[in-house]
Amino acid sequence: MSEAVQEHHEYDVLIIGAGGAGLRAAIEAKQRGLKVGIITKSLLGKAHTVMAEGGMAAAMGNVYPEDNWKVHFRDTMRGGKYLNNYRMAELHAKEAPDRVYELEQWGALFDRTKDGKILQRDFGGHRYARLAHVGDRTGLELIRTLQQKVVSMGTDVFMECKVLKLLHDAEGRIAGCVGYWRATGEFVTFQAKTVILATGGAGKSWKFTSNSWEGTGDGHAMALWAGARLIDMEAVQFHPTGMVWPLSVRGLLVTEGVRGDGGVLRNSLGERFMFNYVADMFRAETADSEEEADKWYDDHSAGRRPPELLPRDEVARAINTEVKAGRGSPHGGVFLDIATRRTPEFIRRRLPSMYHQFMELAGVDITREAMEIGPTCHYIMGGVQVDADSQETIVPGLFAAGEVGGGMHGANRLGGNSLSDLIVFGRRAGIGAAEYIEAGSVATAFDQSEVDAAIADALAPFTRAEGENPYSVHHDLQEMMQADVGIIRNAGELEEARVKLLAFTERVKHISVKGGRAYNPGWNLATDLPAMITVSTCVTIGATLRKESRGGHTREDFPNPDPELGKINFAQSTDGGNWDSPVTVVESPILVMPAELKALLEEAK
Amino acid sequence: MGAVTLRVWRGDASGGDFESYTLEQNEGEVVLDVIHRIQATEAPDLACRWNCKAGKCGSCSAEINGKPRLMCMTRMDTLPEGPVTVTPMKTFPIIRDLVTDVSFNYVQAAKVPALMPPPMPVGGYRMFQEDVERGQEFRKCIECFMCQDVCHVIRDHEDNKAHYAGPRFFIRYAELEMHPLDQNDRRDLIREDMGLGYCNITKCCTEVCPEHIKITDNAIIPLKERVVDAHYDPVAWLGRKIRRKTKTSAVDAAVQPAP
Repeated sequence: MSEAVQEHHEYDVLIIGAGGAGLRAAIEAKQRGLKVGIITKSLLGKAHTVMAEGGMAAAMGNVYPEDNWKVHFRDTMRGGKYLNNYRMAELHAKEAPDRVYELEQWGALFDRTKDGKILQRDFGGHRYARLAHVGDRTGLELIRTLQQKVVSMGTDVFMECKVLKLLHDAEGRIAGCVGYWRATGEFVTFQAKTVILATGGAGKSWKFTSNSWEGTGDGHAMALWAGARLIDMEAVQFHPTGMVWPLSVRGLLVTEGVRGDGGVLRNSLGERFMFNYVADMFRAETADSEEEADKWYDDHSAGRRPPELLPRDEVARAINTEVKAGRGSPHGGVFLDIATRRTPEFIRRRLPSMYHQFMELAGVDITREAMEIGPTCHYIMGGVQVDADSQETIVPGLFAAGEVGGGMHGANRLGGNSLSDLIVFGRRAGIGAAEYIEAGSVATAFDQSEVDAAIADALAPFTRAEGENPYSVHHDLQEMMQADVGIIRNAGELEEARVKLLAFTERVKHISVKGGRAYNPGWNLATDLPAMITVSTCVTIGATLRKESRGGHTREDFPNPDPELGKINFAQSTDGGNWDSPVTVVESPILVMPAELKALLEEAK
Repeated sequence: MGAVTLRVWRGDASGGDFESYTLEQNEGEVVLDVIHRIQATEAPDLACRWNCKAGKCGSCSAEINGKPRLMCMTRMDTLPEGPVTVTPMKTFPIIRDLVTDVSFNYVQAAKVPALMPPPMPVGGYRMFQEDVERGQEFRKCIECFMCQDVCHVIRDHEDNKAHYAGPRFFIRYAELEMHPLDQNDRRDLIREDMGLGYCNITKCCTEVCPEHIKITDNAIIPLKERVVDAHYDPVAWLGRKIRRKTKTSAVDAAVQPAP
């Protein structure tokens, strides 16, 4: 231990992140008798999972018995515009039901069907009502269930600990990490045979986002710095329905469940404009009149799906177009109306937290008036490239699960597929880590120079008497990413963004922090910024190279998909060194699907 | 809009004082927005917790004009004219500024014996909506710990923390006791070790709950009745003696295999 580090811990499996994926991984590893530690930047139970609303997708067939994993697989691949790692989509569709049932053994209480089974709700892009849910607070149910399970197993949880960097041994295997306690600012090292990244997303680099302060892409960046590859970083999801007013809550999520339960989108002329935005690939299964669409809610065989329930990328683009054409709402969004379509009792029972959120924060009673909504940066499909079955990266001993992982969702994620992703692949990462340890070749010591370098970087802002305020750098980064690498992109703005990101990198090196190290949010933000700049750079590079429009990535200069680009993921890596080392990109061919799975996609076209 | 003044308690375990910040007020802002603007300008080291900014995570609890509130759900325009006072939760030790050491709650959470369900039948458990709804009310809890903060049993008597779980955990125990699948018995534990008897149902906890959970009426009072029945009913007492139903420890209950 060096002088700067007064605390050290050792684990078989060290999990960074305590949302759904991290907690589920911990349960699995712990059940296998391993010594497991979990590190979280916040308090336990506050991770981003808690904010998930609508539900988790699993083809249990409780509402529509004709649903099964094959349909779920197909929906996921179509939603992802076929850029997905098919194997992940397959495993996810097959295993999600068992993972949901398992939660009930641990205490979860889902809403029920009349005959006592788990109730399932409709969501965008899912052919059948498929989302297990608890009103509109499903994420809270998921995280609390997993949290209570983890605690009952006696797992070590390190709260309010910010991890700065992953560590290697002399052979290049993962050997642990270094971080600091937010409460004291003291440094701590963890030695570990395996590290599972479960750090979630990166939305905090955009101005209008549903993400909390934690969504700074730490795991994406640390994986890259540690030698892993990031794929599909250009695939960022803008959720169609975020609050737009008051300004202070702009971006706050409004669940897709509003539309699943009958809510529709209207422009300032009162039109249900989504009928004008049905892409060819979805035309055959989408209603072409309001009358037909309205029949569908009660009986999916009576009509085709309402266009409001197209995948999120389609809906977000349509809203963007309506607003640009001058048909928006007073505060620059469109209207989401459930008040005229469902009774107040129904709305309050099905959407209690939406009711509460609009009432308290916007003074809008959603049982009486329409909501004003617009797209908000919500999720990153891109992430660490992993083996589908084990979630292992190309760095020995390093695993990634949940939002930080890449491939599962392709170019666009369907709503409801995230919570199920967490529990399916969290478990698989736990198994993967256990099997890696059993195989025997694990790190036993880390390279001290990596610790020293990370600490020196983290403390540098205190050594500068004069310099930039970290909040100003963050503010400007969010403005820039929103303007230049937002929902609609073009070559000129992306090139501008690349140049500006070089300047941001320099600005980060001139940040000065006031005060001490104990619970200092300014300093905490300063240590988050390298990851945010790194991830923003990767998104910009991916977006520049993908000269087509696909899923969450839309280029106005290349409005159509390009079949050739549909065969590759752009994989980014660095050769290590500093956090701002240049990124190199290779074209990584997508996995070739076996014929029987391919047939599932063909069948239902 | 006019200006607004926030008086924020700043300090640490060794002491502190109020500092005033005066800013322009923006339309629709909540207290947390103003705190964030203070951080971004005058006081980048002002410590506070927050995550979701939507009343879903329960991180940003503080006392606003002396009352426990979520900073993210308290609109500035709903507060009386004049300076707004923001202080940390009183019941928990100070870490820094508005951040307190809430580990007491995590210690209590670790003492809760886990759910013990019967083996799962093929196709999952059958439970009915009216049966799960009682537990669902308690599972709305976002763990803001404001009910713990306001509970005078521990707010005014630090030494009670050693033998009192507090309202947040009484709803947790109530949830488990009313859970349609649970086969565990925690009634002796609740009476003997969790200090349920200390609560004299003043309903302060119910009043501050941002999720509007009827903590006292729906959890604490029914729990008191169950515990009393179990303890003082001679038939139940005899039954316990004969059956020797023992408390399952949290760890034992946890090692059920996954399906």
